[in-house]
Amino acid sequence: MTNVVFQRKDIEKEIKLDEKTIEKISLFGTPLERIDSKEIEIEVFPNRPDLISSQGFIRGFKAFLGKSTGLKKYPLIKPEKNFKVIVEKSVKNIRPYTVCAIVKNLLLDEEKIKEIIELQEKLHLTIGRERKKVAIGIYPLEKIILPITYKAMKPADIKFRPLDSDKEMTGLQILQKHPTGIKYSNLLKGFKEFPVFVDAKNKILSMPPIINSEETGKVTKDTKSVFVECSGQDINTLKKVLNIIVTTLAEMQGKIYQVDMHDDKKFLSPNFEPDKIKISLENINKLLGLTLKQKDISGLLAKMGYDYKIDMVSIPPWRTDIIHEVDIIEDIAIAYGYDNFIPEIPNIYTKGQESKESKIKNKIAELLIGLQLTEISTYHLIKQDEVKMIKNNRIIEVQNSKTDYKILRPNLLIPTLRILSENLDNEYPQKLFEIGRVFNINEKKETEIEERDNLIIALTPANFTEAKQVLDYLFRTLSIEYTINETDISGLIEGRTGEIILNNENIGYIGEIHPKTLNNWHLKMPMSVIEINLEGIYKTFN
Amino acid sequence: MEKIIESLSPIELKIVPYLNRPLNEIIEKSGLDKVSVLRALKFLENKELLKIKKEKKEIVDLATNGIYYLKNHLPERNLLALVSENNIIPLEEAKLKAKLSDNEFKVSLGVLKRKALIEIKNGKIFLTASKQEISKKTLEEQFLESLPLSIESLKEEEKYALDSLKSRKEVIEIKEEISYSFELTENGKKIVGKQIKLDLIEEITPEIIKNYSRNQKFRHYDLKAQVPKIFGGKRHFVNQSILRGKRIWLDMGFTEMSGNMVQTSFWNFDALFTAQDHPVRELHDTFFIKKIQGKLPNKELVEKVKRAHESGLDSSKGWGYKWNEEEAKKVVLRTHTTCLSAQKLFSLKKDEIPGKFFAIGKNFRNETVDWSHGFEFNQTEGIVIDPNANFRHLIGYLKEFAEKMGYKKLRIQPAYFPYTEPSLEGAVWNEEKQTWMEVLAAGIFRPEVTIPLLGTALPVLAWGPGFDRLMMEAHGIKDLRELYKNNIKILKEKSVLI
Repeated sequence: MTNVVFQRKDIEKEIKLDEKTIEKISLFGTPLERIDSKEIEIEVFPNRPDLISSQGFIRGFKAFLGKSTGLKKYPLIKPEKNFKVIVEKSVKNIRPYTVCAIVKNLLLDEEKIKEIIELQEKLHLTIGRERKKVAIGIYPLEKIILPITYKAMKPADIKFRPLDSDKEMTGLQILQKHPTGIKYSNLLKGFKEFPVFVDAKNKILSMPPIINSEETGKVTKDTKSVFVECSGQDINTLKKVLNIIVTTLAEMQGKIYQVDMHDDKKFLSPNFEPDKIKISLENINKLLGLTLKQKDISGLLAKMGYDYKIDMVSIPPWRTDIIHEVDIIEDIAIAYGYDNFIPEIPNIYTKGQESKESKIKNKIAELLIGLQLTEISTYHLIKQDEVKMIKNNRIIEVQNSKTDYKILRPNLLIPTLRILSENLDNEYPQKLFEIGRVFNINEKKETEIEERDNLIIALTPANFTEAKQVLDYLFRTLSIEYTINETDISGLIEGRTGEIILNNENIGYIGEIHPKTLNNWHLKMPMSVIEINLEGIYKTFN
Repeated sequence: MEKIIESLSPIELKIVPYLNRPLNEIIEKSGLDKVSVLRALKFLENKELLKIKKEKKEIVDLATNGIYYLKNHLPERNLLALVSENNIIPLEEAKLKAKLSDNEFKVSLGVLKRKALIEIKNGKIFLTASKQEISKKTLEEQFLESLPLSIESLKEEEKYALDSLKSRKEVIEIKEEISYSFELTENGKKIVGKQIKLDLIEEITPEIIKNYSRNQKFRHYDLKAQVPKIFGGKRHFVNQSILRGKRIWLDMGFTEMSGNMVQTSFWNFDALFTAQDHPVRELHDTFFIKKIQGKLPNKELVEKVKRAHESGLDSSKGWGYKWNEEEAKKVVLRTHTTCLSAQKLFSLKKDEIPGKFFAIGKNFRNETVDWSHGFEFNQTEGIVIDPNANFRHLIGYLKEFAEKMGYKKLRIQPAYFPYTEPSLEGAVWNEEKQTWMEVLAAGIFRPEVTIPLLGTALPVLAWGPGFDRLMMEAHGIKDLRELYKNNIKILKEKSVLI
């Protein structure tokens, strides 16, 4: 989720924000989070990075409102002499692609520079996956000498003064000492060479995706022309992101120049030639439940910034999210207005049915409530130190838990004892039950973990006889025959603990909790428990 | 009047003759204890025979140490005795011989110095008090002996003693005492002093039933009197909500799906077209199980899902990256019940189309716990598989669902999920709070999801309300942590959902 804040005055230069228009912001697919006299905050979904800048938002929203509809065209000027970027083979195993552009004629001020940096950062964070997929560099053109080369160098040979540093550092030093280097060091970890952009005089402009050079990588309000590069793993995404940046700069009066890219193949970048996708009127109407005609589609698509000619849609070159017809159909629905759809319930018969397991669980709960037991509901994760209290085979632990709860519960006894120990001040007797999932290792399962529904009944103060009365009532009422054999379970009293046998299968235990266990949990009253694996009971109801 | 008299219980009858006397005499004459008399008075008040007046008074009384000092003298008295025996005594020695705690010794020195009974110079205590001063009881001692006293009635020197003793550890305490008196009403005055003999039936016994004759009267009970509370067994309120949600789905003709909470990333993410570099697949957001690697399902399915991600199926372009099998084998605690929908679609039989299915249950996210977040949360989700399903149906089902939850107004807006297109977010109107609550996420599964799972691109409508917020609303809970706190008292007392 990305929230962006725009200056209200910037928006209002282009769009009058009356009440009706404000209501439309969310219906455009950018939920309005906040609006006051100065600022507008909206949420931008991850599929629409082209709406992150105010320029991009205005471009899209204006069309949605019916002004300047259709695919917006930006003039693209052919490369001048030396507008060239050479991509060496050495980067192919590290950060294989880059696409570049030059933008001239900029008129920047502090506010605009801030906007550009924010756009760059938000793109890094979202579609750039924290710079892994895409990193963007913007350089004042007057500080560098074209052409540019993108290549890999040994970290020790990479020497330049990174942004916000007062001395020259090597590639390795940057990763170890520079705050930005440390933050993103994992992206270059394990590589023998690091990628760099160098100019015609072999001056290092930057070491992507980490940092620019202080000398050549800082845009100021005196900057009139910039060199822009996007580097990363996936060339299609890079092209779209570059288009987002340069068209944003074009909205700041910039003139976009192409650059000759000398990669495995030569090509011109940026490229605004729209991708085309076929859509069928029938599919649109079927999926949306509407009866639109060709001319309706044309109008609706224009409102979403597309061009359309019978069955063929031209996609704006900054849209990153169109991979299937359905993506276009959603935009048609948005243009149509989500609030204009008339809800319909189709007349198809299906029968409702609860699962067998749910029915049995609810019946058991009903019986226990009849015995005046109270149901509890506890976390599926338990704390590390709680495992020690009861002998256990292999524990199942989650990674990087942000709380003390780290282990998947192997039984319901542990959480129940915790709940009882947190209820010492409440009135006794306390008669509790829970039906819930427990987790144990079983290599045969798809996840190597077996999940079962268990039932626990805990009575305090209560002795074995009282517990057995409950068990007996429960099984008698469910018409289940069972036997109890003496057994030994850690944490319970020997000679007062039995395993519960159903159809020659051990399905659980019943017994009195050992005073040692009670003391461990700071419990003061005698306690008896029953814990049963319900799978055994489910089987008897086939 | 007669009706009132007939309603008098035996215990009330016992005190009626003495109602013109003060409370302590009623207790004495009736032979009842104070609690019973007060209860009887309360009953009589309910019958409008009298009016009870409560008066709160603050009372100073002895606390634990005070009781001890009253018997064994205040520590400063003991110290003074020791000093007066010696006239001059080194501090260290006095400390040893006085048998006082550090704190008591320090306090005693301070008190005696303040009263100018001793002086301390060069580490020694000098006696400065006269014999007369030594023998005289201090204000504090007099005060302790006179306790308990009501604060209102304290004299100047008692107030001084109170201030001096208040700061010392558990010497005195100030209690609130409620004293009762009452005033008779007009009706009360009529019956006071009367020895009422009533031949009324009290508790009915088998004998009474057997021997009942026509004219016997029953004592009237006070039907408004408070009775002691009892509690039945009850479902946990989270499960009450789950049952309520389930009923909505069943009413709408949906069949329950169930499945595991622990899932491979394949089912939780990949089968739902969530790219492998999507932020939700990071440790930061999702619980991954340590040291365990899951198994992938049938090869054909895995191959299709891989293609959907890499280059797309049907006319889709896919995400355009290299799909990694190992990433799909990572085991997670499910982040949504949508993984169960994916499994259902994969195992769907031909005769189950058209079909409607729902799941309800716990999901997990790696979160800290505070009033609005937890690492476990409840979600419910429904899917409709119908060759003719469309976006308007989706909105129709949602509206019906919201209405059954008790919300008449539904607002829908565009939204984004990796596995649905079109997607929407639904908000319901909370009449009481006059706000929209965004609780419904919905959409139509992408062909990249349905083609691998179903074999064809049938439209599958899906929606899933997260319902912890709705549950808190329904149960009047403001702090999410309350849901799993399991305070037995609250569980017993909480009212139920219909």
